[in-house]
Amino acid sequence: MSELWQLSATEIAMRIANGEISAVEVAEAHNARIEALEPEINAFITPTPDIARAQAKAIDERRATGAPLPPLAGVPLALKDVICVDGVRTTAGSRILDAYVPPYSGTVVHMLADAGTLLVGKANMDEFAMGSSTENSAYGVTKNPWDLARVPGGSSGGSAAAVAAGMAPIGIGTDTGGSIRQPASLCGVVGMKPTYGRVSRYGLIAFASSLDQIGPFARNVRDTALLLNAIAGHDPKDSTSIPDPVPQYLDGLDAGIDGLRIGIVKESLSEGTQPGVAGRFKDAIETLTSLGGEVEEVSLPSFAHALSAYYLIAPAECSSNLARYDGVRYGMRADAPTVSEMNARTRAQGFGDEVKRRVMLGTYALSAGYYDAYYGKAQKVRTLVIRDFDEAYQKFDILVSPTSPTTAFKIGEKADDPLAMYLNDLFTIPSNLAGAPAISIPCGLAEDGLPVGLQIMGPLLSESLLLRAAFAYESARGPAERPPL
Amino acid sequence: MNYEAVIGLECHVELNTESKMFCGCPTTFGGEPNTRTCPVCLGEPGSLPVPNRRAVESTMMIGLALGCRVAPHSLFHRKNYFYPDMPKNYQISQYDLPLCIGGRLDVEVAGTKTTVGITRVHLEEDTGKSLHIGTTGRISEAKYSLVDYNRAGIPLVEVVSEPDIRSAAEAQRYVAELRSILEALGVSDVRMEEGSMRCDANISMREPGGEFGTKVEIKNLNSIRSVGRALTFEIERQRKALEAGQALLQETRHFDESSGVTKTLRSKEEAFDYRYFPEPDLLPISATADWVSALESSLPELPQARRARLAAEHGLSVEQAHAVGASVASTGYFEGTVAAGANGRDAAVWMAGELGRALNNAGVGIQDARVSPAQLADLIRLVGAETVNLNTAKRVFQMAFESGDDPGVIIGREGMAQVSDEGALATAIAAVVASNATEVERFRAGEEKVFGFLVGQVMRETKGKANPALVNDLLRKVLTTGGA
Amino acid sequence: MALTKEQVLHVAKLARLALSDDEIEKFQRQLSVILDHAEKVMALADDGVPATAHALPLSNVFREDVAEPCLPQDKALSTAPESEQGRFKVPRIMEDPT
Ligand SMILES: [Zn+2]
Repeated sequence: MSELWQLSATEIAMRIANGEISAVEVAEAHNARIEALEPEINAFITPTPDIARAQAKAIDERRATGAPLPPLAGVPLALKDVICVDGVRTTAGSRILDAYVPPYSGTVVHMLADAGTLLVGKANMDEFAMGSSTENSAYGVTKNPWDLARVPGGSSGGSAAAVAAGMAPIGIGTDTGGSIRQPASLCGVVGMKPTYGRVSRYGLIAFASSLDQIGPFARNVRDTALLLNAIAGHDPKDSTSIPDPVPQYLDGLDAGIDGLRIGIVKESLSEGTQPGVAGRFKDAIETLTSLGGEVEEVSLPSFAHALSAYYLIAPAECSSNLARYDGVRYGMRADAPTVSEMNARTRAQGFGDEVKRRVMLGTYALSAGYYDAYYGKAQKVRTLVIRDFDEAYQKFDILVSPTSPTTAFKIGEKADDPLAMYLNDLFTIPSNLAGAPAISIPCGLAEDGLPVGLQIMGPLLSESLLLRAAFAYESARGPAERPPL
Repeated sequence: MNYEAVIGLECHVELNTESKMFCGCPTTFGGEPNTRTCPVCLGEPGSLPVPNRRAVESTMMIGLALGCRVAPHSLFHRKNYFYPDMPKNYQISQYDLPLCIGGRLDVEVAGTKTTVGITRVHLEEDTGKSLHIGTTGRISEAKYSLVDYNRAGIPLVEVVSEPDIRSAAEAQRYVAELRSILEALGVSDVRMEEGSMRCDANISMREPGGEFGTKVEIKNLNSIRSVGRALTFEIERQRKALEAGQALLQETRHFDESSGVTKTLRSKEEAFDYRYFPEPDLLPISATADWVSALESSLPELPQARRARLAAEHGLSVEQAHAVGASVASTGYFEGTVAAGANGRDAAVWMAGELGRALNNAGVGIQDARVSPAQLADLIRLVGAETVNLNTAKRVFQMAFESGDDPGVIIGREGMAQVSDEGALATAIAAVVASNATEVERFRAGEEKVFGFLVGQVMRETKGKANPALVNDLLRKVLTTGGA
Repeated sequence: MALTKEQVLHVAKLARLALSDDEIEKFQRQLSVILDHAEKVMALADDGVPATAHALPLSNVFREDVAEPCLPQDKALSTAPESEQGRFKVPRIMEDPT
């Protein structure tokens, strides 16, 4: 029989509802797993075993009264430390928010509590979600559960590693340029970026507001669908929230993909892609074809330019979003005789290298005389990306590519070369620019024994379709490999 | 050299919505510091703005009242600069796509009408307030500062004029007229003393029809009087400098209320780079034709139309129409007085005279007047019926304003009714003639001006209650016939 | 394009970052490379292409003008590095607001 920490969210919720196991047992099993593995993995900035225990107790008490339980009752959850929880330290991976305890909770935090999840910890991340490796965390790098010498990807590396290592069956990340999908790929779990506006951003510490989106991590597609249902929906506190009703993502999950028109993004098959990644991707295409998918190559010329546009838009927005960390109202404060010097020293001491680099880049891109050349132009490239997608979706229902050009890389390997690091997001960024949903699911191990991810992209609000395709693929290939932990 | 001033005004108006611009915090004044705040207006990490519909509509109505076009497509932008009053270190404002563009405001000074173009009307959020702690409370001498965010996020409308204003008087008239329009719309308390309306002025000098001169900005003028004083000073300062052959600096100046002079705040070299870009947390505003026409048809009567109507309906002069129609409350008072039976011109005279003085002395607005329109109409009727003479009536008004009692009651109680009884007046006149023999002689010798003095004496003898017309007649009869 | 040291210093001032000399030198080099890369791509977007600020075709999202409860003062100030008299305390403000 499986250990409790090996169970999926669906199984845990079912067994608790049946009375086979208690939520407190589940919480303790995961708390213990975290305690055992944290010294090696460092998936969390702040583990919250007491909160998980208290929430579990409430679930058990509720069950005892015979009241119906919510869909994820008693399921442990790792929450990226970029989402505010009232009374719980929230750092965004930054020294500048080291002691920050928010006076309010984000909308998804309320929704996740209502869904019955147990918060086991605030997961590690690249500072302010800027990075693809969690090396930019002020709280130390998270290690990839597949190989402790390697990065888990990022920026939501802590959540991905926690889910991969069995510290929680589900996790929450945020994806601005691939920050859910890339670590999901590198850690061998499922990760999804929903349509921009599908999940409320209220309480999500902003990196790039027009691109940021909260999304689920899980070890299988069904759990992913369940978790997405728990967090999706309109929120009057977020002006950019989509008012359309949320479908039941489990409905029709197993309807298959026979006849589905699938486009392979030609630009993702470049020589820069690691051979083992290309190999697993080819296998995945064969599987999709065998399931009745009508697969064909498609060219999205702007795909290659999306990266440059992204690295102007995201820094520009972040330079403004991060202006509030000035030592006045919250967070760190450096000593200085005047307020402007205090601001400048606080920010110099509180922000890490990558954050400073992007704040500088974005400030420059917005500054007088350069707006049109950089930010303005990047917004136009964004239009071109959207047009390319629109055109592709005339012919195809979904598009596929590898999630990341490589498997997990060594800690420190790309730390000194920002451009090389940025290339990690090459295939994931276009969906963010288009606001469209995309999912990464494990598609086997590369020649180096590390997991590879298959990315499935779709038009706005096509989450049901993406989950259906991912589920069909996952069912055909069988359960994903698990790390040797 | 004959220089003319070229002035443009930017007026900021706090709207009187129930809640703030982007969050649900109430906008009420007072209260302990930082008790009207929430994660949004404190700029807490992760909080998001949602725009207040009424604030947007109020801004559109201001634009419509100023003859602007409501833009079919407008955007909020972020204006980025660091300042501790500003919780996010950017202000959500509008940039190249404001809500309203291209209107006009007519102002009239000493019978000359000028049309001042309105460049734009846009919506933004206000900042918090800091308290500077130190020896004098002045920012430059403070040891440290304390910040209160209760006002942060209050909706603030900016009305920007074209540089069409040519004098301090026109600028004052423009601000007064704008204030009166905002008051008529009911979108702002327009209390300048409390900071709910403040203006910045751009001013330069040029030879008539010539090139624009160096532009100077004067910040934060917080009363109509300050606008006039600051501009009068600044025009003179610039004129003198130019006449002395000195170059003017492009700079921002501050008006010092106590000394009445403008002083350099900062020069243009320190100009800010605001890095405007579209606010990504907010969506565009599309003003549909239906929406705009619904707002347009809900516009109340505006001051200009109101004044024209009052003048036409009641035969008032331009000045009277201005005075009576200065505000919604004042118009209401006037119309109430007329409805209670008073003649419009009499009502206007009383409002401009006794009522205005009494309100001024008491330091209250017309809505707090202790004499109701019906009571004023009654008093006017009593004067017309010669129950009291005009001078006594003014005293009655004063007493009514203090006590709130009806004029008729006061007159009865105080025995102030006019004396028109010829017998009683004859007795008083006889007494005056007897005790002022010298003056009587001088009058009879042809010194007409002594007559007024003697009338005054009779009025005094009757404690001011005598019917003055009757006293005139009777006294003249006595003096010329040598009777009594 | 290659950024000058003066440009980097100006940007650091705008961004309120007290950078070390090493950081200035490093960012001058790195930002130049990134911008160079970006410029090549940006050439694609000609004037005929409209800008996209938001991928969603939504507009006119408002809240109704209704007052809601606020944070209590102690909670509002709970995160403050320093406070006094119910207010956030900051060092001397040397410059005026705009
Ligand atoms: Zn608020």
